Amino acid sequence: MKKASIAMIIGPLFLLGLYIFPLWNIMLGAPQYPDPLGLNIHINGLQGVSEFDIQNIDGLNHYIGMHTLPKAEDMWEFGTFPMVIGIMVALGVLIGILGYLDKVSYKWFLGWFLLMSILGLLGMYDFNEWLVDYGTNLDPNAIMKLTNPDGSPMTYKPPLLGHVKMLNFDVTSLPSTGAWFMFVGMMLTLAAAFMGWKSTKTQK
Amino acid sequence: MKIYNHLILTIGAALMLVSCGQQNQSSNGALSSSAAEKVYVAPGEQDEYYAFLSGGYSGNLTVYGLPSGRMFKEIPVFSQFPTSGYGYSEETVPMLNTSHGFVPWDDAHHPDISQTNGELDGRWIFINGNNTPRIARIDLSTFETAEIIEVPNSAGNHSSSFITENTEYVVAGTRFSVPVPQRDMPINEYKGNFKGALTFISVDPEHGHMAIKFQLLMPGFNYDLSHPGRGKSHGWFFFTTYNTEEANSLLEVNASQNDKDFIAAINWKKIEEYVNNGGGTKIPANYAHNVYDEHSHTGTSTMRKEVLTVDPTKVPGAVFFLPTPKSPHGCDVDPTGQYIIGNGKLSADLTVHSFDKMITAIEGGNFDGEAYGIPILKFEDVLAGQVKSGGLGPLHTEFDGKGNAYTTFFISSEVVKWQLGTWEVIDRKPTYYSVGHLMIPGGNSRKPFGKYVVAMNKITKDRYLPTGPEMEHSAQLYDISGDKMELIYDFPTHGEPHYAAGCPAELLAPKSQKIYRLDENRHPYAVTSADGSKVVRDGNEVHVYMSTIRSHFTPDNIEGIKVGDKVYFHITNHEQDFDVPHGFAILGQNSSELLVMPGQTKTSVWEPKDVGVWPFYCTDFCSALHQEMQGYVRVSPANSNVELKWSLGE
Repeated sequence: MKKASIAMIIGPLFLLGLYIFPLWNIMLGAPQYPDPLGLNIHINGLQGVSEFDIQNIDGLNHYIGMHTLPKAEDMWEFGTFPMVIGIMVALGVLIGILGYLDKVSYKWFLGWFLLMSILGLLGMYDFNEWLVDYGTNLDPNAIMKLTNPDGSPMTYKPPLLGHVKMLNFDVTSLPSTGAWFMFVGMMLTLAAAFMGWKSTKTQK
Repeated sequence: MKIYNHLILTIGAALMLVSCGQQNQSSNGALSSSAAEKVYVAPGEQDEYYAFLSGGYSGNLTVYGLPSGRMFKEIPVFSQFPTSGYGYSEETVPMLNTSHGFVPWDDAHHPDISQTNGELDGRWIFINGNNTPRIARIDLSTFETAEIIEVPNSAGNHSSSFITENTEYVVAGTRFSVPVPQRDMPINEYKGNFKGALTFISVDPEHGHMAIKFQLLMPGFNYDLSHPGRGKSHGWFFFTTYNTEEANSLLEVNASQNDKDFIAAINWKKIEEYVNNGGGTKIPANYAHNVYDEHSHTGTSTMRKEVLTVDPTKVPGAVFFLPTPKSPHGCDVDPTGQYIIGNGKLSADLTVHSFDKMITAIEGGNFDGEAYGIPILKFEDVLAGQVKSGGLGPLHTEFDGKGNAYTTFFISSEVVKWQLGTWEVIDRKPTYYSVGHLMIPGGNSRKPFGKYVVAMNKITKDRYLPTGPEMEHSAQLYDISGDKMELIYDFPTHGEPHYAAGCPAELLAPKSQKIYRLDENRHPYAVTSADGSKVVRDGNEVHVYMSTIRSHFTPDNIEGIKVGDKVYFHITNHEQDFDVPHGFAILGQNSSELLVMPGQTKTSVWEPKDVGVWPFYCTDFCSALHQEMQGYVRVSPANSNVELKWSLGE
């Protein structure tokens, strides 16, 4: 249980990587953008991969009537996410310490993992909702109003995960370093729960 | 039938001959296929070297890639360039200011890339204006002209613009000697009265800013070309001279009488010390110093009123003459700094002087007389060797860093490869036709990149599809990586290249600037925020603070302009994306368009002469809606009361 608790203390700390590294990354390449434009999604706001990428993405998107990319203060998520992560890190570390002191069982470890997974899924759901809004809520006076072959208006939702060809752009959306930190951290807590469970079993 | 057979036989024989010939050429054929591979830079790939070819009478500098021979850019330097508005825009007109007023053209000759410890460092490239003597410095991160300094007391600024091995100085020598200071005097009193000014312009190591440190007032010969000492001879500068006869008319005969002219060896370190200790004489002068600021995007011209001159006879041990046969043209120093090559253009041979022998001779004090108080060394004392080339009219020599030298022969139209030290000719290849300069990247530094040599020819004739009497010049590219030179490519060059400078692509490509930062734009009329656009009237001057972004001008409707107004369009490009310039042109503009790079501000003046509604538009196909990028200016009668107003999207 000591080893499991140490893993449970370390695991949540990996989530601190989200304060430094982007959670998600969307790259937009096109014939005239051999160096693709890129968007890094951090838990506290959006950043261009290169300094002027956001400005340039907005500049291109205005032709098809997309709204400009939100600033940190435009979305409640960018205020809430860092707090949620902070609370979860503190909670996880606390559970780990209590486990070390034999005050709580491995089930708490599992509980933290499940709670974090649910929050993560909710976050993904919210992120996808925003992508849908961003890609479909278009200015009715857009310069270029394009339609699909079936006549329906073309929309521009970037993929949540993977690659999509959108007009002249190849759009690729993938988890970034921060997400991998979160993944490793969460796996550590899951392992901690497993180790805790095994040690409890042997004790019996 | 017999006749027919006979014919077949004849044709067969002819075919045999042809095929023999082809067999002979088949090695050539194999060579040419490998030549194609050598110069082929596949689509999307980039060249190995940058080559900067002077434009000669175009007044500008052109940028090429090697080995492809593709031209990437023409950098406007001494000549107005309507393509970008250089020399037309309010910001760049001061760059072409001189003591003779606005001079919109020059004859640009000898580019030289800045060096540190004798190796190319790729910070700047310098080039001389020959006609109205000037030296320009071009920034190699923006590839734009950053500074131009006029050279007073000089005329035909030809033995220029060569730099010392730590870019301490860029040196400008006069080709034509003139009265110093200029004065009204009979031309035929030239001899003994005219002076040849050799100007040492210091280069600020941080910003590159140029300032004339001193002018050495030499006897009235023609100072043709020059090169710095390097390595052991660092601290010296060498100039070829001709017309040591001091003829003032029919020079082709009268300046070709002396069997030997001189190479002037200048110990500039000694003169620098003399000057730093208060030596030299300040004389009144009048010359322009024009500096372009990358952040205000604006050039300013300042007139300088004084120059420090040095009499060479006042600095003992600083200046010597090395007799050199036959009106030498190019003056080249090998990468070790040991050999000084005089290319005697009326001769078949090259004269090579030895730096060590020169020093020994100077120390020995055994002179062969003097000229105007300057000691003449004995030819035999300084001679390292002579290259019996078998060619005619040697002009310029470059080096490959492997102990070989390559010399152009104008009259016999060839490049000759020879070995330093043995003076043996190793190879010769024809050029097409009448080659002037040649260039090996870094071939004029301590560290040449001896892979290619570019020969720049004066005569084109039949090399390309004909284009009437006037054609571009031709250049040939040779692979010099083997023992023998191999002609691998032939390409036209813009203007008349007199010399070039080249360097590995990786020295410049990574630092080539992509945009100008809008947040660093300090132009006084810049619009740096989207809502900052405005139109301001001040008497009959109207200033339009206009911004551009794909795909509109802000503002694009302007009213209240009157006939007789002087309208300044200050255009700021709000793009911060690589390679998205916007252009600006308005009907009836008496200058050129503006091509404004991302983050930059440029100004064009428009003086409407007639009432009406006049359009302006973006001249660079910037985006899918480029054709929509336009606007109107309403011009009312001079006495009208139309209110000044401007708008976008109303």
